[in-house]
Amino acid sequence: MFVYTIRRIIQTIPVMIGVSLVVFLMMHLIPGDPAQIIAGEAAQEEQVEQTRERLGLNEPLPVQYATFVGNAVQGDLGNSIRSGRSVTSLIGDRFWITVELAFYSTLLSIFIGLIAGIISATRRNSFLDMSLMIIALFGLSMPNFWLGLILIQYLALNIGWLPVSGWGTPQQILLPVITLGTAGAAIIARMTRSSMLEVIHQDYIRTARAKGVKERYVVYKHALRNALIPVVTVVGLQFGVLLGGAVLTETVFAINGLGRLVVEAINQRDFPVVQGSVLVLSLLFVLVNFLVDISYRILNKRIELD
Amino acid sequence: MENENMESNESIIKVDNLQTSFFTHKGEIKAVDGVHFDVPAGKTLGIVGESGSGKSITSLSIMRLIDDPGRIKGGEIIFKGENLLEKSEAEMRSIRGNKISMIFQEPMTSLNPVYTIGDQIAEAYQIHEGTSKKEGLRKAVDMLKLVGIPSPERRVKAYPHELSGGMRQRAMIAIALACDPELLVADEPTTALDVTIQAQILRLISRLQDELGMSMMLITHDLGVVAETCDYVAVMYAGKIVEYADVYTLFSNPKHPYTVGLLKSLPRHDIDQDELEVIQGMVPRPDNLPEGCRFAPRCPFARDMCHERLPDLEDLEGGNQVRCWIHTDQWDGPEVNVKDDYGSAQSSTS
Repeated sequence: MFVYTIRRIIQTIPVMIGVSLVVFLMMHLIPGDPAQIIAGEAAQEEQVEQTRERLGLNEPLPVQYATFVGNAVQGDLGNSIRSGRSVTSLIGDRFWITVELAFYSTLLSIFIGLIAGIISATRRNSFLDMSLMIIALFGLSMPNFWLGLILIQYLALNIGWLPVSGWGTPQQILLPVITLGTAGAAIIARMTRSSMLEVIHQDYIRTARAKGVKERYVVYKHALRNALIPVVTVVGLQFGVLLGGAVLTETVFAINGLGRLVVEAINQRDFPVVQGSVLVLSLLFVLVNFLVDISYRILNKRIELD
Repeated sequence: MENENMESNESIIKVDNLQTSFFTHKGEIKAVDGVHFDVPAGKTLGIVGESGSGKSITSLSIMRLIDDPGRIKGGEIIFKGENLLEKSEAEMRSIRGNKISMIFQEPMTSLNPVYTIGDQIAEAYQIHEGTSKKEGLRKAVDMLKLVGIPSPERRVKAYPHELSGGMRQRAMIAIALACDPELLVADEPTTALDVTIQAQILRLISRLQDELGMSMMLITHDLGVVAETCDYVAVMYAGKIVEYADVYTLFSNPKHPYTVGLLKSLPRHDIDQDELEVIQGMVPRPDNLPEGCRFAPRCPFARDMCHERLPDLEDLEGGNQVRCWIHTDQWDGPEVNVKDDYGSAQSSTS
């Protein structure tokens, strides 16, 4: 297990290098002169040169990359062009809101997804099963910003039960969490169902029945624990996606999370902020994947090192 | 229909006209079609047949573990005087793993990968004897010792993937025998194992059978296994029993052409053989059974009557019960000694 963990950590290194490269090159691949953009469109030739000098943009690319990575490792992601604040502190302000949002949404997806999946699998091909799976299909297909708008329209504006936007109080949390959690719940429900149906035909389930185990325990003790192994992967990936992908939902509900920070930065052409946020979000995703692999390994003791 | 010798013994289980079918969109598939047999107390009955003969479905029917779309359509399974087919699901649960136990073919997949061997044995005690988990685990150690697993105190905490195939099958046997069952149904218990391990496991099962005084049903396609372990043999073909006899009679004086074909296809040590004989053709698919005798399409002796009408299982003088027209008064062909003429008949038809 220890060796596996070390190996898995080593495996993340090339990914992180790749991510940092792409993020670094972003600034240079986008049309236009970065120094000109940073200095502002109205800036004089000299000011642009000054900016270039100050930011080290006249250095060769590999040197710039080395500086970028060196600073990033020390927690310095540069300063915002617009506000002048350090990107690290900007991200720090927003980070926990996004994590909270992702966490509650994932929790909701697990809760609803598991229940629906188990009900569907144990009552396979019944009316209930089919209804749940059709609902899940809707949940999966609905773009979440649209779902968010619909929820705001009906639950917030028309009926007035819940606030339209913001973050903090339980009432404010509810709508964004439903918006973000729906797709996850649908994926988990479908995954749980198919995984359960696969497991229920395994030989060891027959062994359990031949032992005289009650059907309820066959399902919840013998089948579910095995069926959950692939579901854990989906839950983890879902969480990773939510950490980085709540851009639209945060915008719709005016939540000051990381996603919204990225959108604002892009609109304002605030490159250091875009770079910093994308880097942080990517590394978060890598980290979540790593944790998923580790937990998968703990759950499923059969996985051997390959 | 019943053999006289058999009825004098008290039987632990008596299966009468068992019919198990699968109902698919293609229609009814008769996997087990009117099977009769009984297992005398303390004895071992072997059920022999190729894949698809219905032998595994027969054993699962006894446990009432037939999954959808399968259903036991009719017949009786009398276990100690009571018809299992009339039991409620709860009553069946208290019998399974307690009075009738089953071991399966695939030790690699028959144990739950996420629970320890100890947990899986202890569960049987928790269900049927109401013991605590701690007490169950203590008894599990004893069971592991009984089935010959070395250092049982350590292995009780092992997960299935940490054990070899032979050890897993021993663990399976420990689960099955935990509650001291009266009947053990072993469905190809050694098929998936290495040959050397097969012999060990068979010896273990036989020894435990004697020690615990169990009766046993051994489902196998391997006549060698039958010769070593069984007292009686039922040969199944395409959902029906075609021959039934005690093991000595069956091996020395087989009457059904299929039984003879099976025996001929065994390698022998007592005579020189350049190649093994095979039974031509394939087992018919259960959704497309021949009208007459189900073995007729592959039988070297088959005549028109065989293709048209299905013979009954009839008692013969030697103690065999055979389902074959050759041994009836109605046989319209030349006189045949199935055992001696099989080889020449086969080479002339093929």
